[in-house]
Amino acid sequence: MARVKKERQRSLRFAHTAFGHFLVGKHTNRSLSGSITLLVCLTVFALISLFPVVFMVSNSLKPINELFIYPPRLFVIQPTTTNFSELFSILAESLVPFLRYLFNTLFIVTLGCVGHIVLASMAAFPLAKFKFPGSETISKIIVYSLMFTSSVTAVPTYMIMSRLHLIDTYWAVIFPAFSMSLGLFLMKNFMEQVPTALIDAASIDGSSYFGMLWKIIMPAVKPAWVTLFIVCFQGLWGNSASSYIYTESRKPLAAMLANLSGSGVARTGVVAASALFMFAVPLIAFIISQSNVMETMATSGIKE
Amino acid sequence: MAEKTKTMPNMSKWQYTKYEIRKNRQLYYMIAPFLTFFLVFTILPVLIAIYYSLMEYNVLESPKLVWFENYKTLLLDDSIFLTSIKNTFILALIIGPFGYVFSFLMAWLINELPRVLRTILTVVFYAPSISGNAYVVFTQLFSGDPYGFVNSHLMNWGFISEPVLWLKNADYMMAVVILVSLWMSLGVGFLSFIAGLQGVDRAQYEAGEIDGIRNRWQELWYITLPNMKPQLMFGAVMSITGSLSVADVTVALCGFPSTNYAAHTIINHLNDYGIIRLEMGYACSIAVLLFFLMLWLNIVIQKWIRKVGT
Repeated sequence: MARVKKERQRSLRFAHTAFGHFLVGKHTNRSLSGSITLLVCLTVFALISLFPVVFMVSNSLKPINELFIYPPRLFVIQPTTTNFSELFSILAESLVPFLRYLFNTLFIVTLGCVGHIVLASMAAFPLAKFKFPGSETISKIIVYSLMFTSSVTAVPTYMIMSRLHLIDTYWAVIFPAFSMSLGLFLMKNFMEQVPTALIDAASIDGSSYFGMLWKIIMPAVKPAWVTLFIVCFQGLWGNSASSYIYTESRKPLAAMLANLSGSGVARTGVVAASALFMFAVPLIAFIISQSNVMETMATSGIKE
Repeated sequence: MAEKTKTMPNMSKWQYTKYEIRKNRQLYYMIAPFLTFFLVFTILPVLIAIYYSLMEYNVLESPKLVWFENYKTLLLDDSIFLTSIKNTFILALIIGPFGYVFSFLMAWLINELPRVLRTILTVVFYAPSISGNAYVVFTQLFSGDPYGFVNSHLMNWGFISEPVLWLKNADYMMAVVILVSLWMSLGVGFLSFIAGLQGVDRAQYEAGEIDGIRNRWQELWYITLPNMKPQLMFGAVMSITGSLSVADVTVALCGFPSTNYAAHTIINHLNDYGIIRLEMGYACSIAVLLFFLMLWLNIVIQKWIRKVGT
């Protein structure tokens, strides 16, 4: 008797482990074979998705003789960091110092993201929590503007930039980032779920709208502004601004590294290293903030 | 209306609106900065595109009104544009629906995994679309010489006897572009799906079990999907817009212009005229067509998704 009980306990415990939980679950209406099939599918697709990334990482660690080995191998045999040190020596020797490119990128990213968060929060608060003439129209236009990308309007945008004398300045990249509609959309949706009672309490205390936004709303919507930062960061980090910025000393890092990739076979390893660098930074930013991002995404739906 | 007249008996509708605007002026001040940038850099470009699409304008000479001449040339005489439409449609029809369904299925599959595993897989699937030009790695995988990863392995295994020019041969380019785009298709919409699935009320599943939902497919159709409608719409917008604006990938992989324009998309064509040839009027007419195509497709698909589960 005791043994049977023990066995049942063990199987119950199995159901509570990560794997067992997925296979059997708490549900009674799931077939085991179905679970296994789906798990296999998931694994296969995860490996496919991961494969090019692994190839990229491994390439950046390959010494030159392994990069041109035949047949090419996925995994590196003797990993080295020469590609990275060579990348940094190239960057150090370039006409415009590396730090300058880094500064340009950081300047664009920081100002663009902070400005976007500030402007989008200020605009999202009234749209999310109050009704006034025009509020619904504006919200609708924001949703419609999600339906086309800036690449469609690149040509007229360029005309506007040149009319405003913003060509060849950082602002040509920063200003459009200020008004990304995706950010406002996510922020507005997230703010809608902040309890209205909080705002009512503050308005009784005699807070101004700015006061409410600053003291009550902003602390409550931290996941949203972290998400806006990530979305904005992803957009600006890899932006080489090639059609807007011509002066070499104003170009961002992405432009410099893109130039590098056109510089011949001998630099294959360096290019691999720089590709990994460009890819890794936003990835790490996402990993750090992913719980905030997911929390915001829960409210990302378009309501009818 | 009834309520308004009750509270403000002596006011006309216009006076009431004016009163409301004055009362809420602080709110307008708060929206104003964002709205200014939004109008200048998002709405105004659309209007300018429409305006210049009716002009012949090459930057050097002042614009000349030609009405619908640009559109006529575009649709009747520009065979490369028709190629680009064909390519864009093929890409959109495959990447859009497949990427969308795939995003949802993957989100659904990882939904019941324990938190840590779910997070890891979220990162794994989302990583390709994150940023940078991660897709450039495919130029090495599909390199045309025997040293290319795909070529050398296919040759080793005896599938092909000589290297295939994946990125130069018009027969294969589109397939590679589709593959790479699908690889990158699990973007913001995918995150929205995961978060949405997490937010479905567990009690509904339990109730469903009691009410006789027999397997996970029924559960998906009758409980999960109807609950996910807002996220499904958001994901659709992201995936339609994204699949119609494939451009950087084709340039990075197949070059510009690609062999025989076999991977030429509408945005490639737009950039060709707008940035390289500086025929702004013509470029704007391409932009206007694409703009309305995106908007129209989005609105149609939104209507479809509203019907899910009804």
